[in-house]
Amino acid sequence: MSSKEFTWNRKHLIGLRELSREEIEYIFDTAQGFEQMSTRSVKKAPTLRGKVVVNLFFEDSTRTRNSFTLAANRLSADVIEFTQKSSSVNKGETLLDTAKNLEAMGIDIVVIRHSAGGAPKFLSRNINACVVNAGDGFCEHPTQGLLDTFTIRKIKGSLEGLKIAIVGDIAHSRVARSDIYAMTKLGAEVILVGPPTLMPAKINQLPVQVSYSLDSVIGQVDVINMLRIQFERMGANPFPSIKEYSHYFGLTVERMKKAKKDILVMHPGPINRGVEIESEVADGANSVILQQVTNGLAVRMAVLFLVNQAAMTKET
Amino acid sequence: MEVILSSDKIADCTTAIADEIVSKTTKGDKIVVIGIRSRGEILAKRLAEVLSKKFKTKIPCGTLDITLYRDDINNPQGQSQPVVRSTEIGFDIDDTIIILVDDVLYTGRSTRAAMDALIDLGRPKAIRLAVLVERSGREFPIQADFAGLKVDLPADKSVQVNFVESDGKDRVIVI
Repeated sequence: MSSKEFTWNRKHLIGLRELSREEIEYIFDTAQGFEQMSTRSVKKAPTLRGKVVVNLFFEDSTRTRNSFTLAANRLSADVIEFTQKSSSVNKGETLLDTAKNLEAMGIDIVVIRHSAGGAPKFLSRNINACVVNAGDGFCEHPTQGLLDTFTIRKIKGSLEGLKIAIVGDIAHSRVARSDIYAMTKLGAEVILVGPPTLMPAKINQLPVQVSYSLDSVIGQVDVINMLRIQFERMGANPFPSIKEYSHYFGLTVERMKKAKKDILVMHPGPINRGVEIESEVADGANSVILQQVTNGLAVRMAVLFLVNQAAMTKET
Repeated sequence: MEVILSSDKIADCTTAIADEIVSKTTKGDKIVVIGIRSRGEILAKRLAEVLSKKFKTKIPCGTLDITLYRDDINNPQGQSQPVVRSTEIGFDIDDTIIILVDDVLYTGRSTRAAMDALIDLGRPKAIRLAVLVERSGREFPIQADFAGLKVDLPADKSVQVNFVESDGKDRVIVI
């Protein structure tokens, strides 16, 4: 195994941009060890017993938050659930003050989601606890990028030489950014597909190709990742109507006929059924959407385990 | 470096352990073999093979990764970082008699971790410990049920078990 001589020394997971291929693969190898835990009679190990994880979520989340909570619980850590709606942030407390106060209670790992890009990085520089980014602004969502890539690796064996389309609202998508970093580092070719109005600025700085036509791309790709249209983040109308968007960029049963037979259909959730993807495709034979969720748990357990390991090692 | 078990002796020990297991098995016992990663895994596979011949039926064999149950996981002793790998036990352990296999029994801490890991997988009827080398120096109230070789060594010595599968040759050395 390649990981034998390797030592993980990051006590924070801020983004995949700064990770090496070796580090990403080490997370995956570790995650593999956690997969079988979901099938056992006791779905828990004592590894993080006595540790405290805080879910510090300044934005809504169901999947990611629950996944982190369950991952921490399975490793026997205690979890504090923090939501902005019912907190002193509404009384004007700053992010740093909130975190410092939690830290004063003796927490070990902060899982943070924030609408401001860079918030996790800022926190990691100012507190002693481990920081795990659960999504920051339009920057990164590293555990989603990891679980997407882990899912592809698990099914296809390797990402080397695969063609992967990421379709839709790239501009507002931190998932897309984390996906791009992880997938290209592991040897895949990424094609971004969507209307020009949903493409980010400075796209030429990313290691990707761009296409404005899903029909011309769908036949060549091994994996297609359909991003959610993020209605809540859009100011001006980026496309004339939802119907028109679906017509050109929705993954429909009709469009799937042009795809490779073994194409993997992915979606980070939550799905807008009938907008970016038709129900028959989301629930169809090529869909691995629910496997992504299952794999997310193993990946997040691995991340919590590894950042804690790095923190422990650094103290000695 | 001193060789305390040669290749032939390792094979003899494995057979002797298997014979003893057979002699202590009563009718109706469901025997399974589970090895602790990584050297215990190899020994377990060999032992299961010998046992399958003696019992004239396939004895199930699995591998246990105890990393998540180690008691030093949050107090690293400065040595290399623990690596999580998978537990591969493709059968139900409820009501079985588990022959837990490790290469060396020393402090007893790995065995403690392995027992905790097994209990989280189900409720075996019994767990019995089989080791190639039983060395003095226990820190926990744990003992081997089956041992190939018993040795008494000063604390500054270490026992290293080499197998063909992992190291190219079979031998047990003291360094």
